Amino acid sequence: MLLLSTLCIPFIAAIILLFVKHNEKANYVAIACSGVTMALAFNIAFNGATSFDANWILSINARFLLSADGLAKILVLLTGISFPAIFIATSKNEIKNRNQFLSLMLFTQTGLLGVFLAGDALLFYFFWELALIPVYFLCSIWGGEKRVAITFKFFIYTFLGSLLMLIGIILVYTNTPDHSFLIGSFKSALLTKGQQLTAFALFFTAFAIKMPIFPLHTWQPDAYEQSPTPVTMVLSAVMVKMGLYGVMRWLLPLFPAASLSHAHFVVTLSIIGVLYASFIAIRQDDVKRLIAYSSIAHIGLMSAALFTFKSIGVQGVMIQLFSHGINVLGLWIIADIIEQQTGTRSMKALGGLAKKQPTLAILLVGFAFANIALPLTNAFVGEFLMFNAIFQFSPWMAAFAGVSVVLAAIYTLNMVQKIAYGEVSDAINKMQLPNKNAQSILIVLLVIVFVTGVYPQLLFNISSDTLQQLFVK
Amino acid sequence: MKLIIGLIVLWPLIGFLFNGLGRNIWSKKVIAYNATGFILISFVFSVLAFLNVQSNGAATVHFFDFINTANFKIPFDLKVDALSSLFLLVITGVGSLIHLYSTAYMKEEEAPHYARYFAYLNLFVFSMLLLVLGDNYVIMFIGWEGVGLCSYLLIGYWFTNATYNYAAKKAFVMNRIGDLGFLLAIFWLIVKLGTVSYGSVLTAQSLAKLSTTDITAITLLLFVGAMGKSAQIPLYTWLPDAMAGPTPVSALIHAATMVTAGIYMITRSNLLFSASELTQHVVAIVGISTALLAATIAIKQNDIKKVLAYSTVSQLGYMFLGLGVGAYSGAVFHVITHAFFKALLFLGAGSVIHAMHHEQDIRKMGGLKAKLPITHLTFLIGCIAIAGVPPFSGFFSKDEILAAAFAKNPIYWGLGVVGAAMTAFYMFRLYVTTFLGQFRGTQDQAHHLHESPSAMTLPLIILAVASAIAGAIGIPELMGGHHWLSHQLIPIVGEVKEVALSHSTEWALMGASVSIAVIALLVAINRYKRQADDEPQTALGKFLYHKWYVDELYENAIVQPLHKLAGFLKEIIEKNIIDGAVNGTGKLVQFSARKIRLVQNGQVGYYILFTVVGIILLFLCWFNDVAIIRFFNNLIK
Repeated sequence: MLLLSTLCIPFIAAIILLFVKHNEKANYVAIACSGVTMALAFNIAFNGATSFDANWILSINARFLLSADGLAKILVLLTGISFPAIFIATSKNEIKNRNQFLSLMLFTQTGLLGVFLAGDALLFYFFWELALIPVYFLCSIWGGEKRVAITFKFFIYTFLGSLLMLIGIILVYTNTPDHSFLIGSFKSALLTKGQQLTAFALFFTAFAIKMPIFPLHTWQPDAYEQSPTPVTMVLSAVMVKMGLYGVMRWLLPLFPAASLSHAHFVVTLSIIGVLYASFIAIRQDDVKRLIAYSSIAHIGLMSAALFTFKSIGVQGVMIQLFSHGINVLGLWIIADIIEQQTGTRSMKALGGLAKKQPTLAILLVGFAFANIALPLTNAFVGEFLMFNAIFQFSPWMAAFAGVSVVLAAIYTLNMVQKIAYGEVSDAINKMQLPNKNAQSILIVLLVIVFVTGVYPQLLFNISSDTLQQLFVK
Repeated sequence: MKLIIGLIVLWPLIGFLFNGLGRNIWSKKVIAYNATGFILISFVFSVLAFLNVQSNGAATVHFFDFINTANFKIPFDLKVDALSSLFLLVITGVGSLIHLYSTAYMKEEEAPHYARYFAYLNLFVFSMLLLVLGDNYVIMFIGWEGVGLCSYLLIGYWFTNATYNYAAKKAFVMNRIGDLGFLLAIFWLIVKLGTVSYGSVLTAQSLAKLSTTDITAITLLLFVGAMGKSAQIPLYTWLPDAMAGPTPVSALIHAATMVTAGIYMITRSNLLFSASELTQHVVAIVGISTALLAATIAIKQNDIKKVLAYSTVSQLGYMFLGLGVGAYSGAVFHVITHAFFKALLFLGAGSVIHAMHHEQDIRKMGGLKAKLPITHLTFLIGCIAIAGVPPFSGFFSKDEILAAAFAKNPIYWGLGVVGAAMTAFYMFRLYVTTFLGQFRGTQDQAHHLHESPSAMTLPLIILAVASAIAGAIGIPELMGGHHWLSHQLIPIVGEVKEVALSHSTEWALMGASVSIAVIALLVAINRYKRQADDEPQTALGKFLYHKWYVDELYENAIVQPLHKLAGFLKEIIEKNIIDGAVNGTGKLVQFSARKIRLVQNGQVGYYILFTVVGIILLFLCWFNDVAIIRFFNNLIK
């Protein structure tokens, strides 16, 4: 029941919010409900939970099965922490029809939690869509100037992926011995080599778009840039993890042979993407686009590590799923504060933050060094293990991918320099009093960065049980 | 022992948190006392640890498991042994002096910045201690990148200055290039041995498991890391720029401690390095080349700190020459003596800059001897020490390296002596131009010239004494000494190897190098006692003045092309090719979508309502699923 209630609370809250017209109250409802969800998420992560199973669509044998292993726990925890953090950090932002906005956000959260907990392929697909559709509205209604075209691209792109996945699900379903969508049955589906390859391609495309893997990534920087920042936070802190999660939960265990035979292809593509995105990040002037490309590079490294089929890499990815979410969330919150208070995202116009708001500048430096995976920040452990796996896969690939370590330092420190250092610029001078809400959230996140960076065992303990099951069909 | 080691590391960290979090609370006095006090306490504990090693031998303590997964483990272990306990003393000892010095040097800063400065400095000491105390390569790497971070923060301490920020960024990025090599070496070790702990890696059994290729690759990659951190060719250009930081920072980080991390790393791994002939040659050649290159540049620099910076690069080169020819204890010896005299010289330079109101150009100084008597005398001692004049400390350590170099290959020795002569020359050019002759600054400066306060002169005096007598820890058997240091390091680098030279050869070499150095310094005194250097006229002069145009070379050959590549990817590939293809497809879809867009009426409320209704319907299927059954049944058929 713990799992079901974790799923239901945001859903019910979302419905309630539709009737709370008052902005302040809507805020409180959203923060309180997501706070409860967070508490439940902690409970799941550290105490575990029994699975929940009920009939769903009897005639086709689809079940409402929720279960949480280590991988799911890590992501449920991330989802649980992210939403209240986002709500509190952006509670002062001006948003029209705030209750509808928050309601859609909570629908998204329901979808995300469902994706991570579903033990049934059809249910997984259902939640996958449930997470996507509210985001479409959030972007197209509350987004920036070019929102309509961009959201359309985003939606079509990811929807295409979803459809392919649905076809894949049906393909496997028809070949299960007991005609069931349960993951166990899917694993025992009797697929011919050709069918396995087809299904692999269908699933892979869906997940590759979501992650995204180069060259299917171009929807992402645009979507991040044009979405209202709270949505961007959801997209990049939690939602991109759906793709990686899909690979780990469904793609690799279901189609091990096809995955293995494409390992070189995917690792190579991912690493090209890592370098490609890092290079482009160097030339960005828009803070949001810079973070977007940086995030593409980080995700690319994770997908490369997964396809090395090394357990050490999977360990790294599981830690990094969480750490990347925390770090990128911190960066987005900072970018949002700056945009809200200066009215610009162009780094050319910024500068001098360290003089104007020293605390915010210190926080920026903190998250910047987490972004470049300095040891004792959370990202180091994950990247260390992932690079290790890539090195075992191929030393040359590791050396090649390792260049991104240097490039990350370049673009991240560029950003720090342009935003924080130098004399106070006109734009920065417009900044009023520090945004206390957002800064407190940033401090909490930064504490998480260092605690899990110094003692990553906290995260390893949550995720450890998944490893054994992952590569065993 | 666990407590002692833990506290050595913990005090500077507490200091960092204390001043970092309390930067708006504490007064400057509180900040200064605490920052210096914490390091001093750490020094006391270091002495205890050192004495413990003397009586009980090395000790390893386990704190927790940093990484512990099913098949891979990295413990958070710290170790004090002969090598790390020596480094402990240097880091916390020189560190305390430099903290004390800083309390006066940074006095003009406002309290929050004053606190920030000391917080960074304490964090640096913490990272540096982790680097030398770690019992495996990953802990060393944590400290390794940590000191890089502090170096970055302190170079860019005056953050409103764009040039300083660039220097800070350059330092971090160039170090990162080296760090990548270090990382790859760690991965290589993990793949081959499954462990990175010194106790398991640095054994004959492990060595036997590694092929020659493995050993060469691992050591070369480690050396790439050392090149970055210890500013060797081709990754040295960040160090002279790092002089943008406050002068005490240059003394502590960019002279005495951090930049010697590469020497520590190689000495620690000497078993591996000695097993690869090729790597040893590379280390020695890179070392001597860097020593010479930097020395030639130092001859033509006019910024007092730049001269010292190139001198540091050059001296580090000597240390790598020592490592390359297998004189590990000689290299460590030079690390120690260099820590004393170079910290002394930098702090002396700081005292001069302080007195000159931030003037760093030696052509505008001169004749400071009378007004700055303590600074002058201590600086002179530093110059004599670095020039290698006996019986000052630099003579012993440099001579040990040169003797070992001769035994390996006389050409190394010859080049080393040329470098030593240049060292003596540029150091006395610096000394004479700064302290002797006529004052060439402004009237205003002349009026305000003053000796620095005792918080600054006391460290100078202590370091001057140390620079003068530190040679005593390594007096060679040749001179009837016992060479305490090399006996000390036997557990790390093995039995003291007899240099295969006869006593008469050794005396001759020593005599030759000392007399050449003395001649060089006399030439410098004679040449610069009346006038400072003009703008360089000759082609060679300009070439050296412009530092061999290496920065320009890097800019045009590496930075700009990469920048252009990034632009090409961004503007052409991303925008036109990849996104162009996507948008083309998108437009096609959009066209067909126009026909059904009448369904959309733009009211959010309706959309949400429909979504909710849809979801509730799906949930209801749980109980009654008539409609959907048909849909799916059809689909499956």
